[in-house]
Amino acid sequence: MSTRVQTQGRLIDRDRPISFKFNGTLLKGYQGDTLASALLANDQMLIGRSFKYHRPRGVVASGSEEPNALVGLGEGDRFEPNQRATTTEIFHGLTATSQNHWPSLNYDVGIVNNVLSRFLSAGFYYKMFIHPRPFWKHFYEPFIRHSAGLGKAPNPEVRDADRYEHFYAFTDVLVIGGGVAGLQSALTAARAGAKVLLLEQTAHLGGRAPVDGGTIDGMEPEAWVEKARAELDALPNTQVRTRTMGAGVYDHGYVLGYERLTDHAPDTPGPRHRLWRIRAAQVITATGAIERPLSFAGNDIPGVMLASAVRDYLVNYGVSPGDRTVVVTNNDDAYRTAIALVQAGLKVPVILDARPTGGGALMDEAKALGIRVETGAAAVKVKGAKRVHSVCIGVQAGEGEVLEEVFCDAIAMSGGWSPVVHLWSHCGGKLTWDAGQAAFRPDHARAPTSHDGNPFVIAAGAADGAFHLKDVLQNAVKAGETAATRAGGKAESSAAPRGDAPEEAPLAPVWMMPQGAKKQLRMKAWLDYQNDVKVSDVQLAAQEGFESVEHTKRYTTLGMATDQGKLSNINGLATLANALDEDIPRVGTTTFRPPYTPISMGAIAGEARGEIFQPIRKTPMHAWHEANGAHWEPVGHWRRPYAFPRKGESVTDAVHREVLATRNSLGLLDASTLGKIIVKGPDAGRFLDMLYTNMMSTLKPGKCRYGLMCSENGFLTDDGVVARIDEDTFLCHTTTGGADRIHAHMEEWLQTEWWDWQVWTVNATEQFAQVAVVGPNARKLLEKLGGMDVSKDALGFMEWKDGDLAGFPVRVYRISFSGELSYEIAVPANLGRAFWDKLLEAGAEWDITPYGTEALHIMRAEKGFIMIGDETDGTVIPQDLGLDWAISKKKDDYIGKRAQARSHMTDPKRWKLVGLETLDGSTLMDGAYAVAEGTNENGQTNTQGRVTSTYHSPTLNKGIAMGLVLNGPDRMGEVIEFTNGGDDRVKARIVNPVFFDPEGEKQNV
Amino acid sequence: MSDVALALGGASFDGLVRIEELSGQGMITLRGDLTDKSIVKAVKDVFGVTLPGTRETIFDGANGALWMSPDEALLLCPYTQAQAKADELAAKLAEARALVVNVSDARAVFRLKGALLREVIAKLAPVDMSPEAFTPGMVRRTRMAQVAAAFWMDDTSTARVVCFRSVAAYMFGILSNAADGASAVNHFAR
Amino acid sequence: MLLLTCPYCGVAAEETELHAGGEAHLTRFGPDSSDADFTSYLFHRENPKGVHFERWRHVNGCGKWFHAARDTNTLEVFGTYSAQTTEPPKDLLGKIREKRPGFRWRDIA
Repeated sequence: MSTRVQTQGRLIDRDRPISFKFNGTLLKGYQGDTLASALLANDQMLIGRSFKYHRPRGVVASGSEEPNALVGLGEGDRFEPNQRATTTEIFHGLTATSQNHWPSLNYDVGIVNNVLSRFLSAGFYYKMFIHPRPFWKHFYEPFIRHSAGLGKAPNPEVRDADRYEHFYAFTDVLVIGGGVAGLQSALTAARAGAKVLLLEQTAHLGGRAPVDGGTIDGMEPEAWVEKARAELDALPNTQVRTRTMGAGVYDHGYVLGYERLTDHAPDTPGPRHRLWRIRAAQVITATGAIERPLSFAGNDIPGVMLASAVRDYLVNYGVSPGDRTVVVTNNDDAYRTAIALVQAGLKVPVILDARPTGGGALMDEAKALGIRVETGAAAVKVKGAKRVHSVCIGVQAGEGEVLEEVFCDAIAMSGGWSPVVHLWSHCGGKLTWDAGQAAFRPDHARAPTSHDGNPFVIAAGAADGAFHLKDVLQNAVKAGETAATRAGGKAESSAAPRGDAPEEAPLAPVWMMPQGAKKQLRMKAWLDYQNDVKVSDVQLAAQEGFESVEHTKRYTTLGMATDQGKLSNINGLATLANALDEDIPRVGTTTFRPPYTPISMGAIAGEARGEIFQPIRKTPMHAWHEANGAHWEPVGHWRRPYAFPRKGESVTDAVHREVLATRNSLGLLDASTLGKIIVKGPDAGRFLDMLYTNMMSTLKPGKCRYGLMCSENGFLTDDGVVARIDEDTFLCHTTTGGADRIHAHMEEWLQTEWWDWQVWTVNATEQFAQVAVVGPNARKLLEKLGGMDVSKDALGFMEWKDGDLAGFPVRVYRISFSGELSYEIAVPANLGRAFWDKLLEAGAEWDITPYGTEALHIMRAEKGFIMIGDETDGTVIPQDLGLDWAISKKKDDYIGKRAQARSHMTDPKRWKLVGLETLDGSTLMDGAYAVAEGTNENGQTNTQGRVTSTYHSPTLNKGIAMGLVLNGPDRMGEVIEFTNGGDDRVKARIVNPVFFDPEGEKQNV
Repeated sequence: MSDVALALGGASFDGLVRIEELSGQGMITLRGDLTDKSIVKAVKDVFGVTLPGTRETIFDGANGALWMSPDEALLLCPYTQAQAKADELAAKLAEARALVVNVSDARAVFRLKGALLREVIAKLAPVDMSPEAFTPGMVRRTRMAQVAAAFWMDDTSTARVVCFRSVAAYMFGILSNAADGASAVNHFAR
Repeated sequence: MLLLTCPYCGVAAEETELHAGGEAHLTRFGPDSSDADFTSYLFHRENPKGVHFERWRHVNGCGKWFHAARDTNTLEVFGTYSAQTTEPPKDLLGKIREKRPGFRWRDIA
């Protein structure tokens, strides 16, 4: 059984016990334990059930590569599925639950899948569940959803309780990985004067070295790590961040770092995760290597672990996964595990070394300790269900005849080491096959390149395929020097620290154990634990023609899900290569994509949640609107009041009341959001003549003109009133959504096409609060405020004037979007609220009524005025809307003019704007289509027009609409049918779009 | 004028730094050729400062000038003087090719005070805020989280951040959030 | 995420400060142009796997449009330059030819 031993445990503090819960049971661990080490210390071998077959699974690894030990962590608003027990530091009160089991971890009915496993082979989704078709929905899908998948999604009703943030950092050299290689390359680069940032994903520096042994400059690795850390901390240009993973390497030296600040201590205030958005001139990936499992039957039974993980649990956490551990290997490194176990007083009944002649110095050391070593040997199969019971031994060269059964409760396996090339590869770094190590390693000649075309990623240490301690150190020094030099520093060649460790004999690649294993054995030899992919599945895929490694991945699910094949990758593609009779490098790898391990959604969102999820733009009167019950409408990032419903009043009723109050007496609109762009210069008139379809250069100072703006492809994009301020200066009003866009449009043409024109623009939208005072009593109100003459003669329709009203400095535009007598009054924004309050107070005698955007829309529709975004949708030209009067015939050119002469634009069959009135007075549906005879080639009803705006007009007490209709203006009075939801149709008459006061008598008073 | 209402009414927050909405900051946008001698002279006459070089600031007491682009400067003065100074400058530049607009009300200005202000800004803006990269005397137009912003440092522990008035509440929200007392990164403070 | 240096303010701006504006050095065709010329101006674009000339705007910054010569495949940026020009600068073309022998873009080689 797995248990805590009395010695070792360099990372735990035995004086600080920690209690936590697993599946409701209270367990004890120590400060410094990971959840995996603490569970093993409590003999919790079985941690979850597998994805497809619900087979019992236990811890395999000791780090971020762990495929099996995934748990649901936390509860309620802090629950997260699929958390790796191996990278979870325990704390008081931690609660974890196992996944993928029903009804319980120990008794799982899904194990039935195990019995059916022959139906669940590669491509089973594609093959099994296609026929009969109706079975998919009612039988297969519910079955698959219930039994497959990883973990459970959090309750959608709860909200993440934690805070997150981003941080932008810039550095010359970014070192990812705080093992010996990372520390040494950071030291070398920093000594050369480079600014260095080092990220280490775990809480500890040093990587594997303190576990693996050897000496550095005669020191124990742990002592050397301490010394290196002290030197880095003392350097002013260097910073080390632990618990921070290099998640992804992107274009031009952009790197994401994922800092886990409080996962190990959730009661600490402050952000839980911080996403580092780093820009580095050079990136050193000192990301180490991952040990490969061996493919033998039963290699997924709890208790079968990576040899390095067994060593880690013993040395780092004082945990032994078993009393009797059999070591199975194809290389020397695993001997370290056997030696460590025996030195800790545990039993190693046998080391099965697949190599015919065994290993080197480490084998000799093991033998000297009295450990039995069998060379040319294989683990034929492991026996056991929820934990290892015994291993059957045969010869590696054979087919699986069992020569001997050895009883044991753990197996430490090692198939060699694969450099972690993920971060090297993210941004295009290429790999080369190292036949000696049977692994891919970075190809330095094909490194990722940056904005200057030069390489910006350097792999160091084991991540570069340097495995012996002396090679690691030399390699790291070189990486540090190269990085510092490339980043502009002056690195002087320095000697690497001396690394001493036993010399190792070469490994022998082993992709199947034993090499001739029969099908029954291959069907129980797992490649990918997380996705339940076996050797036989990959072989089947190859047999069925899935020759590309990317296809095989999709077909078999090899290398998918949360671990993305960290353990299975090389074994899987070696199996594929063998099945295809190809070389491994020719088969290649699947693409490595960021993040290295999953990062939280919260970290990605950063600060963007709640009130600051996105900017909400507020006018100076926003607070009044809020206090007065505004029903909001989002317009771009603005919030505009849609209407101001009173207590007990529906929104629709409020809109109707606002329209009638304005038409009959006096309304008030916050028009501050309308764009106000100042355009000045000797060429300003000429410039606006190009921007607008109208002639603006002829506008007289003091006057206003409504104008249309098109894009270069002719489509109407914005409209608004232009006021000429003086000979050189214009003020262009845009739509609310158009202010920034139109300002950018102006700057684009000025900067990139007419750069010799003398014109300057300023977007002054927010300098002013603007209020529309609208209705028959509008003038009376302004006269009551006093300060300037607003009479018809002094301020005629489509004129503007500066002055003051009730002591406020104002600019008054006499323009109307409602057909009423109307003044739009601009005051400096900081006076907006006071001016608004003043208007309300003074207008009380006329029952002054603030109105929202819907009343605005209805009133403009009653007048037949178009609205950008309703009548236009990016495919409509002004000519479609009967706006030919606003298109100058005198101008040689304006933006969009040439496009409007294209054949499709001049096609008489283009739908044109008309008014629409239902025969029964009802309101047409928004977006309804006018139906035509017959159907098209797809069997759909033909159409001859569509509704662009539709409202119930409280003024006329009937439905009114505008729409684009084939030959519309020539069909006045004709009745056509519109869709009305489903097969329902409603009849409407084509009429003039100006429904109200066609002579303009109301505004012209 | 007593009716003047700031976007947030002078909000403040204490955390890693103290954040205050300034009680009015006169701001005048000048567009034109910043190397034009007549423009430089007019600015000097009205504001007492010369025009700054690329991404630089020049201050003389409450007055100052910030480089915004090769043909744009932001001129600073006390809030109450902004319109008069804008009018005066516009009058002096009547013959020159330039545009002068008082934008004091179009913006909100926040002062950040405290040793960790670099960090607070670096949580929001894609800008190298290390002391060797950004110093008093420089101005940076950029984005902070999701909105356009500009900031400069008056001294090593004081910065001013400018954004559009409509997003003042958002800016105050993200600054306060970034300055949460328990969120120090300690990246620059070594 | 791309990093482009704005030639107007000198900032090495990351992509979130920038707005991409498509192909550079288009010649505007107006009302008197032929259908072929106008169609080409409006719709026809280069799509090279290799060096491309593009327009960018430092929108969250100094607000200026500028040009960039960038390899769409390797993302190498050969240079950024003023928007107020109808063709790439000679020295930039020299640099590109040196690094990408045989490069062609429209009628530039």
